[in-house]
Amino acid sequence: MPALVFQDLTLGYDRHPAVHHLQAEIAEGSLTAIVGPNGAGKSTLLKGVTGALAPLDGKVSFGSLRREDIAYLPQQSEIDRSFPLTVVDLVAMGLWRETGPFRGLRPRHRDRIAAAIQAVGLEGFERRAIGALSGGQMQRALFARLLLQDAQLVLLDEPFTAIDARTMADLLGVVRRWHGEGRTVLAVLHDFDTVRAHFPRTMMLARELVAHGPTEKVLTAENQFRARQMCEACAGPPHVCGRSAA
Amino acid sequence: MIWDAVIQPFADFGFMRRALLGCVAISVGATPVGVFLMLRRMSLTGDAMAHAILPGAAVGYLVAGLSLGAMTIGGLIAGMAVALLSGFVTRVTALREDASLAAFYLISLALGVLIVSTRGSNVDLMHVLFGTVLALDNAALTLLCSIASLSVLTLALLFRPLVLECADPQFLRSVSSLSAVTHFTFLALVVMNLVGGFHALGTLMAVGIMILPAAAARFWAAGIGGMIAGAVAIAMLSSVSGLLLSYHYSLPSGPAIILVAGIFYAVSLVFGPVGGLVAQALPRRHFEV
Repeated sequence: MPALVFQDLTLGYDRHPAVHHLQAEIAEGSLTAIVGPNGAGKSTLLKGVTGALAPLDGKVSFGSLRREDIAYLPQQSEIDRSFPLTVVDLVAMGLWRETGPFRGLRPRHRDRIAAAIQAVGLEGFERRAIGALSGGQMQRALFARLLLQDAQLVLLDEPFTAIDARTMADLLGVVRRWHGEGRTVLAVLHDFDTVRAHFPRTMMLARELVAHGPTEKVLTAENQFRARQMCEACAGPPHVCGRSAA
Repeated sequence: MIWDAVIQPFADFGFMRRALLGCVAISVGATPVGVFLMLRRMSLTGDAMAHAILPGAAVGYLVAGLSLGAMTIGGLIAGMAVALLSGFVTRVTALREDASLAAFYLISLALGVLIVSTRGSNVDLMHVLFGTVLALDNAALTLLCSIASLSVLTLALLFRPLVLECADPQFLRSVSSLSAVTHFTFLALVVMNLVGGFHALGTLMAVGIMILPAAAARFWAAGIGGMIAGAVAIAMLSSVSGLLLSYHYSLPSGPAIILVAGIFYAVSLVFGPVGGLVAQALPRRHFEV
């Protein structure tokens, strides 16, 4: 059963499509990398799934999932790092579904916060202000928050950009753990070696779908060449698209 | 000596006790809102909203004279209208919040000055702009204390979503539909406290008691709780000191209170241990790697 179905989905900004008539299914429990050149619509697709961006055409269907079952790590977080929050405060936000706006943190919640911080290797940083964290440490803290969200569908937008190899290895461990637990994970990535090593399935985008399936069949030289050509072809003057979702 | 200078003015005169109670209520209600305004980098929004309530208060004055109820309701309506309209324009058009708020508050301010100038007198305008903290009657005190109570209660209820809305609005939008509710309730709190504050301190000075103690407290506390406690304490001390200065040296009380808060801010800026100038200049010890 698919966790996500893109039905002739077109997403964009100011009538310019970034994702154009995408037709694809993401299987429940799958671990999928989304790859493609810059401007291929990868981040836009994730925004469409979260509902932050309304489709220009077509739609996203969720199978048995609800919007609350989605956890999303954006490429550029809007977090105000100067805001007086500690690592524990930030990670505890992941419990929103259980605590809501009013309920206090119980001992079991505190245990889970501690376990999530430990799982991403941030023990000892609990009381550190988020403004004093390095980029990699901040990414670890955000992964700990995602862990607590306990979501069935996890969306990661370039989660390993500008972090060192050790941090990346640790966070890939968290991703594998999610996959092992049967959660559906969609991650936008640029490093094909990482994709080949850790992601069984890949979707290649160049505004339109280039290929989608087992990673070794998608990441071919031919597909990469085609994706580049398709993105370059998009650079001309815009014209109104005649295709429309049924 | 201390009795004469500090206690006696309040012991002897009812208007001083009323002024003190009014200022304490404003300190408790408005200052925590100011801390969140500062943390959301919206300190100047308070100033804009203070100008925005002017035409409502002026229309209230035209309809019912110097009536507490009419001016309060008018101010609330004008302030909320500007907050909602600028929020609406920000969400549905390409204009950012600072520009849309500036546009609406400037229109509102011009309208307010026009109404007051054509139909009122300069004395009335001075009342609205600078308040009358030494002439607070029972109704005004009841209003100030009610607003402070409602404000503290709402902030307590809204605390968690408000922290999320300030620190990571994208995350709040992804896990909850409370983002817009939180934003507009917070703006309503700003308007409500400014409307309460303008009876005592005037529309312009009311922003001072909201923002200056908050900015000063930022230099003394690293956490939100400490900042709120510090800001309320600084606001109360400023109120007492400002009222006494006003009493002893025949100064206008609203500006005196705000100037004392300004002195607290300047001292904090220099000597505050959390990022103050001296703390930054001194050689600091650091931890082991």
